[in-house]
Amino acid sequence: MSFIEYGDMIKEGDTAIVFLGHESMFPVKVQHGGKTQTKYGVIRHSTDLIGKQYGSKVTCSKGGWVYILHPTPELWTLNLRHRTQILYSTDISLITMMLELKPGSIVCESGTGSGSLSHAIIRTIAPTGHLYTVEFHQQRAEKAIEEFEEHRVGHLVTVKTQDVCKNGFGVTNVADAVFLDIPSPWEAIGHAKLALKHEGGRICSFSPCIEQVQRTCLALEEHGFTEISTSEILLRVYNVRTISLPMPDLGKTAKDNSNTGVDGGNLSNEDASYPSLQQGTIQFKSGVPLREMVGHTGYLTFATKSLF
Amino acid sequence: MEGAPRSASPHVICEGDWAVLKRDDVFKAVAVVKRRKIIFEKQWFCLDNAIGHVYGTAFEVTSGGSLQPKRRLEEMNPETKEAGTDNRNIIDDGKSQKLTHDDIKALKDKGIKGQEIVQQLIENSTTFRDKTEFAQDKYIKKKKRKYEAVITIIKPSTRILSTMYYAREPGKINYLRYDTLAQMLTWGNVHAGSKMIVMETCAGLVLGAVMERMGGYGSLVQIYPGEGPVRAATSCFGFPKSFFDTLSEFPLSKVGSVLSGTFSLTSLPSESEENMPVAEDRNRSGDDKKLSIPEVECSPEIAMESSQPEDQEIVESDALDNKAKGTTHNKQKKQEEKKRKLIEAAALLKQKDADGLIVASRFHPTSLLFLLLDLVAPSRPFVVYCQYKEPLLECYTKLREKGGVINLKLSETWLRNYQILPDRSHPKLLMSGGGGYLLMGITVRNENINTNDCLEEPSSKKRKLQEHH
Repeated sequence: MSFIEYGDMIKEGDTAIVFLGHESMFPVKVQHGGKTQTKYGVIRHSTDLIGKQYGSKVTCSKGGWVYILHPTPELWTLNLRHRTQILYSTDISLITMMLELKPGSIVCESGTGSGSLSHAIIRTIAPTGHLYTVEFHQQRAEKAIEEFEEHRVGHLVTVKTQDVCKNGFGVTNVADAVFLDIPSPWEAIGHAKLALKHEGGRICSFSPCIEQVQRTCLALEEHGFTEISTSEILLRVYNVRTISLPMPDLGKTAKDNSNTGVDGGNLSNEDASYPSLQQGTIQFKSGVPLREMVGHTGYLTFATKSLF
Repeated sequence: MEGAPRSASPHVICEGDWAVLKRDDVFKAVAVVKRRKIIFEKQWFCLDNAIGHVYGTAFEVTSGGSLQPKRRLEEMNPETKEAGTDNRNIIDDGKSQKLTHDDIKALKDKGIKGQEIVQQLIENSTTFRDKTEFAQDKYIKKKKRKYEAVITIIKPSTRILSTMYYAREPGKINYLRYDTLAQMLTWGNVHAGSKMIVMETCAGLVLGAVMERMGGYGSLVQIYPGEGPVRAATSCFGFPKSFFDTLSEFPLSKVGSVLSGTFSLTSLPSESEENMPVAEDRNRSGDDKKLSIPEVECSPEIAMESSQPEDQEIVESDALDNKAKGTTHNKQKKQEEKKRKLIEAAALLKQKDADGLIVASRFHPTSLLFLLLDLVAPSRPFVVYCQYKEPLLECYTKLREKGGVINLKLSETWLRNYQILPDRSHPKLLMSGGGGYLLMGITVRNENINTNDCLEEPSSKKRKLQEHH
């Protein structure tokens, strides 16, 4: 396996995702002789994992079972160790499309942070593209390099430890796209422009606060970027439930008048495919929104650098 | 495409390219052909002059339909920086503009530049000076949009084409909004080198988006309903020919026979057989009825799909189109080529080891998924789009009963656009009411088959599949 290439069998050195069910999972580095504890008991890598097919059910020592999944940037995003606040796949999706990333794209990113977006970018631009990512925090940068190597994508990414606002991306006229997730993106717009190809390219800046967006847009305009647009994307997840609602008792008079009694047997105007199972109730399938949802991650500002 | 000499830089507009015209937020995809009249936003012109310029160049339409490149506009601020503070004394008497309709028309007929017309309008507006600075700004912007027609020619991409289709022809793509498409590509883990299956009735837009992300690496099988795959939108991307070498297509009605091992060359659909009923016990639950009855609301758009003239509005069709009529000899050659590709596609599907499945169609998703998921390897993502939530609720329930999938998620994204201007930042007045729903999940090996009466058949197939591994 690698993060850019599917493999069928679990091998030594792979990063696999242990799926325990209902949004409960964690990553594991597969090693001969390795052991992983789960609430269903221990998984022995040599016998339980290595040589098995991804997507298999693995029985743990206490008789419970888990699924072992092939890693993807999306699963990694849900399971990585946070060193910073991270970008989630909803925002990442829009960023990837609006920056027009594809195999062969050269991308500049700052900061690297926990590498959530980095993995998604690398997946998209492989096998011929390259990611130049800048992180001024020494320890985070080193950790990111380590992870890229472990995930066998190190050849597609260069991590630089410097301040992007002061020193830029360390490359000029090479990038098709630039992504900024830093506290003061307006200070890096000039460097972003330099990093982008002479013929032009796309830029995106992610900021949680509207004041940051305001300053970024001004800087983009000053530097001659066009097509400046800001948007926000929200994910709504639905639980699939079967709901039953009781029919109200309208009393005898109402029954006589309307012909729709509490027995629910005569509801021809309702959806016939969901007959009432119980007396006096109506059942239907519903997509119920979660009680709480993420209301705001950040504003995404996109723009184009063109020749003029 | 073929034959057209490619200049050294892919950034230069060449004859034979597919390009997108942009005026403000309106897009139109066109083939760059010399001496062809194009009508866009009530203006007509030819693209001849644009050839040789760099993508992203802005042009102005001059009389006679030629395009003149335009450098970035030097911001033409009115000399007087006078402005009011509020509108307490501005009265709408309909007489603030001293130029009449006829005056304006006369200016236009004289061939006066749009820029100057706007200046004249400002000078002849009695209320302009009393307007607030913000209102003046807004006034100028509005007039500029009307009189200064600047057309930018840009390179097609998923970003551009999906935005264009959603704005202009949403019915043709089942109201799939561009941010929803973005989610599909990400959650489907679409990337170079994988083996993907796409089943779509979105004019080929989803297919094109997947092709862009695969960059010509890997393989891609398009499953199509009816007589053949629709790729009107796919052609707008202007992909190199090599991308199409990795693409094959296969009729939906024959997928069942591939899975059961009864698919053979002799059963290949030829044009005449196309409408023959296919014995498919898979659909016995009445699903096939649903499949064959498209929604009334949608049907006019579906009918439009195949007819070229209607496509003109959004996509300038041209002679490069692969549907071009040829001689009988060509036809025969094409038939053979088609057969060869079908056999290839069948072989690819037969391995049942696809790396992902993307479905975005006008059909009910449940039976489609039950069939197509059998073609996908374990531990691979799948994403199904539907304009409506209810069919996905059913699909979710049935998939849970069937097994072989985990991490099922039903979701929707909302997209909000913002106006960002000094002291005037706010969400845009209008936002899209809906861009469809997604059901996604990950395939796993279905070892523990929960015997469910109505699902016996697919389960036993799954078991067979595992025995092969």
